[in-house]
Amino acid sequence: MPAPLLEVKALQVLNGPPNDLLLEAGALVGLEGPSGAGKSLFFKALADLIPHQGLVMLEGQSQAGFAAPLWRKRVGYLPAESAWWSDQVESHFQFPAFVPFEALGLSRDLLNGPVSRLSTGEKQRLALLRLLENKPQVLLLDEPTASLDRASRGLLEAFLLDYLAKSGGAAIFTSHDPEQLVRLASKRYQMENLALSEVP
Amino acid sequence: MILLSWVDLTLAGSLVVLLALINWFQGLGLGRKILLGAARAVVQLTLVGLVLKSIFAWNDPWAVGSVALVMLLFAGREVQARQTRPFEGLSGYWAGTSAMFVSSFGVGFFALTVVLGNHPWYQPQYAIPLLGMLLGNCMTGVALGLNQFSQGIHRDQAAIEAKLTLGWTGWAASGEHRRQALQMALTPILNAMASAGLVSIPGMMTGQILAGGPPMEAAKYQILILFMIAAGTGFGVLLAVSWAAYRLFDERHRLRLDRLRAVFVPKGKRI
Repeated sequence: MPAPLLEVKALQVLNGPPNDLLLEAGALVGLEGPSGAGKSLFFKALADLIPHQGLVMLEGQSQAGFAAPLWRKRVGYLPAESAWWSDQVESHFQFPAFVPFEALGLSRDLLNGPVSRLSTGEKQRLALLRLLENKPQVLLLDEPTASLDRASRGLLEAFLLDYLAKSGGAAIFTSHDPEQLVRLASKRYQMENLALSEVP
Repeated sequence: MILLSWVDLTLAGSLVVLLALINWFQGLGLGRKILLGAARAVVQLTLVGLVLKSIFAWNDPWAVGSVALVMLLFAGREVQARQTRPFEGLSGYWAGTSAMFVSSFGVGFFALTVVLGNHPWYQPQYAIPLLGMLLGNCMTGVALGLNQFSQGIHRDQAAIEAKLTLGWTGWAASGEHRRQALQMALTPILNAMASAGLVSIPGMMTGQILAGGPPMEAAKYQILILFMIAAGTGFGVLLAVSWAAYRLFDERHRLRLDRLRAVFVPKGKRI
């Protein structure tokens, strides 16, 4: 039996309890829970951005065995709020010509404008495209559709499913929208006070 | 050379007192600082004058070394005191001090042995003033550079984390901030070199001219000093900021702002 894509064993963040999680290739898993429950901390630990205890393995290889930058290219984390380091939109992309802006309903002209002129929803989608340039195998998406209108949300969901199907990757996403969780997630987890539990 | 009496200095000092008084009357709040700074300068320089008199007479390498060590430790303390967000513990102090030691003493030693070719190389009339100038400038540079760097990283932590998330190394993610810190730290010496002779006659040249030295010789010494200061400050800042960049990320390339002391603004205080 091949190793699961992502395996989490006894992962502890801060003083929380140990959490386990299995992610099979192609899976789209939902993560729900109130604000401040530790969903983002959990994601950050999976991406190795904060100190934590326990074991995280990608295709049977432990996190510690990867150089941290390489790990983060494989396990891509999209924070709820995007951050930008240059005024130019274009300089945040490695190969702008190959980025499928249209698939998310974005105009390629945005590249030539300043970051300050982007709307929150545009930033959110551009941040996802920026992350996908690394072709991560596992996606950790923190409220990826929070500031999108209905139509853009539909585009993003379809785009995401397509990416997972083509790449054989898997994703965990958080959402405060119960309908979206039911509609998209093959499996759902709930986080409360840093404790993870599967939603039956 | 015209010798200065204490009366002459009192006359000059009265101008500083006048400035402090005006500050005080206008409620600008700097009066105390100005007087305190002036008083410190009088006490420190008088003491140094006395100490140097003996040191010059002894011409002993251990005495020169001790003076140099005291200067270095004070410079380290000054750097630490000027940080808005210093590193937790003493690591920041030792890093700043070590960076200044390596660059100032290294450049100073090079100037004394290779360029000037003094015998003995530690001859205090040359070694101590040279080191003082190197260390003073290096100190300002390191203090500015470290402060700019840690403040910048703290301010832009979201952007830095975004870069890390995309698979950048800590070193690459802090590149822009290292550049800005270096630029900030080198601005004073770059300005000094650009304006030297046109706007300002720098301190050392002024001193030699006032002491009756030939202007051309004074100019050559000033050029030497500017080169040494630029190199000493630049290397010192590079070392200190590189160390800080190394320290602000851990072995897993995580941003570790918890290694900086937090700043608390007192309640009700508007700044």
